[in-house]
Amino acid sequence: MGLLRFATAGSVDDGKSTLIGRLLLDSKQIFEDQLDAVERSSRDRGYDYTNLALLTDGLRAEREQGITIDVAYRYFATPRRKFIIADTPGHVHYTRNMVTGASTADLALILIDARNGLREQSRRHAVIASLLRVKHLVVCVNKMDLVDYEESVFNEVRDEFSQFAERLEFTDLTFIPISALDGDNVVSHSANMPWYGGATLLWHLENAYVASDRNLIDPRFPVQYVIRPMSRSHPDYRGYAGRVEAGVFRPGDEVLCLPSGFTTTIESIEVLGEPVAAGEPNLSLTMILRDPLDVSRGDLICRPGNRPHSGQDIDAMVCWFSDQPMSLTSTYSIKHTTRTVRGRINLLRYRLDTETLHREEGVEQLGMNEIGRVTMRTTQPLFFDPYHRCRSTGSFIFVDEATNETVGCGMILGPAA
Amino acid sequence: MELTLAAPDNLAQLEAEAVYVIREVAAEFERPVLLFSGGKDSMVMLHLAVKAFKPARTPFPIMHVDTGQNFDEVIEFRDRIVEQLGLQLIVASVQESIDTGRVVEETGPRASRNRLQTVCLLDAIRQHRFDAVFGGGRRDEEKARAKERFFSHRDEFGQWDPKNQRPELWSLYNGRHRAGEHLRVFPISNWTELDVWQYIAAEDLDIPSIYYAHRRMVVERDGMRLAVTKHLTLLPDEEPEETLVRFRTVGDASCTGAVESSASTVQAVIDEIAASRVTERGATRADDRFSEAAMEDRKKEGYF
Repeated sequence: MGLLRFATAGSVDDGKSTLIGRLLLDSKQIFEDQLDAVERSSRDRGYDYTNLALLTDGLRAEREQGITIDVAYRYFATPRRKFIIADTPGHVHYTRNMVTGASTADLALILIDARNGLREQSRRHAVIASLLRVKHLVVCVNKMDLVDYEESVFNEVRDEFSQFAERLEFTDLTFIPISALDGDNVVSHSANMPWYGGATLLWHLENAYVASDRNLIDPRFPVQYVIRPMSRSHPDYRGYAGRVEAGVFRPGDEVLCLPSGFTTTIESIEVLGEPVAAGEPNLSLTMILRDPLDVSRGDLICRPGNRPHSGQDIDAMVCWFSDQPMSLTSTYSIKHTTRTVRGRINLLRYRLDTETLHREEGVEQLGMNEIGRVTMRTTQPLFFDPYHRCRSTGSFIFVDEATNETVGCGMILGPAA
Repeated sequence: MELTLAAPDNLAQLEAEAVYVIREVAAEFERPVLLFSGGKDSMVMLHLAVKAFKPARTPFPIMHVDTGQNFDEVIEFRDRIVEQLGLQLIVASVQESIDTGRVVEETGPRASRNRLQTVCLLDAIRQHRFDAVFGGGRRDEEKARAKERFFSHRDEFGQWDPKNQRPELWSLYNGRHRAGEHLRVFPISNWTELDVWQYIAAEDLDIPSIYYAHRRMVVERDGMRLAVTKHLTLLPDEEPEETLVRFRTVGDASCTGAVESSASTVQAVIDEIAASRVTERGATRADDRFSEAAMEDRKKEGYF
């Protein structure tokens, strides 16, 4: 059975939590005790209907304010697939959580209130999904029940969104008219919208083809941990543990180690103690090399004929999370693959208006939830690929050295121009 | 060996993710420890921690927060596994916390030591100067847990601040902390109860016998079937009855309920869970029933 990770986003009150509640309920993943608890709370709060949002709004403050504050992860499975949902908040102050949810998602689901049409938040969420290279986007036009299931309303939203999305990079863009509250077109086809001939949301989620999104071309293996048993049974064993981030490695392959630049051959590959014929993307494994080399955590193993960029001057799109604006004078700790270095932003080229895609040049700083293009310099070289080519060798986070908070993240464009 | 390039299936992906997180902690922290209750989730955790470092030994100890009110079968299981794997076991005893006056025991027939574990756990973390504490918590268990990070920061008081968590992107985990603070790390965050059981089946893992159907004396209280053990005080009108049951979760004997079940094999348990209409905590845990935010409140204080 396969796995699909998807992120949901929408403006406040677009009904995101309700939709997730509906997906879980209609696919029979909500359990009786959970439903009982939600029905009881809804009654206690004097709501007219069972508020399915209470299923996912897990924190006291969220239930009090009726909004989602933090990313919540939800799980459900159908006979076809297991799903991990990152339910991300719509409120502008929590945009960083949308970025968080999208960073691990194969697919993004954006909700739009049919009554309001495309709003600033929807555009922002589409831009973020595109920046984070979530290649599949599903736009659910929700609350169709409140616009009398009118096809023209749906078409208007679809056309406006399609026009905006032309400037973004999705390989797959789908629109579905739904009513999350009543379940129309979520799991079963809606009798209220006979004019809609497309798939239901669940069918689409079950069948979205994401396998080809894996990069099988560029072998990248950041070394995470060196396994040295130093035991009588394994006196000389030295295994390089890590996760294959892209490409495929096989025993006998000639490999290149960075930063040393030495080449050697893969003696064997073990996945959790068992030898295997190939190491594929997303597998945690241990590599044993033929020659004893000085290789340690933060180094990268690749192929001599296919190596990443190596350098200290890097162009990247940065999203800022902290209420302390990004500063051109501070030094930040930067975590990239398994390598941690320090670095400074040398240049803020522009700030991206995520609603209009306008590039504002001449700005001095990036504030919380703002996105911009920067040039930075690191204390040690990083071994990187453009983010669009490989997510994990193309991404990094900024950590504030004084507060230890994660203050920003970056998607690498390439070596500094 | 035949080469296939099919995407790894669900369980293989979850396993690879958990192992990645465990290795990340071993690489970045000075003094990690793995919490081991003897339950199925901590057994899966332990198995992953062993596999992650093969053929070397797991480079950190395991710790059991012992309420003193465990099922005997679970303690026997714990000691057997520790010996089999040659692990270092630390026991943090709630009884000792009571004896030394660190905590005051609840009284009455509904008294539970569940909440007292937090003080005992935090004391042990301080005493051993642990900086990373592995837990087997899963996000599908409970709604406050659904908000947890893989790397979850705890301040010097062991508190969780759910409204102010570090964003966690890709698999770039931020484990930085000040002296005296620590991180709770949840490698099986993305697993569901069914995933855990399918993994137990696939890896042929040993788990305590009380997870499988057996006959025992139980008493019905607050909609749950509590086992009649030396740790349970019967109320005047309660009539224990012998029933065929099994446990879906294993915690303190005073607050863990059994479910009626005839599932005596792993496969039978998997079939039962796949068809179940009640969550594992809803079915069996009195500790989550105090209020809508019972788990959130306990977690803020430093609970598992």
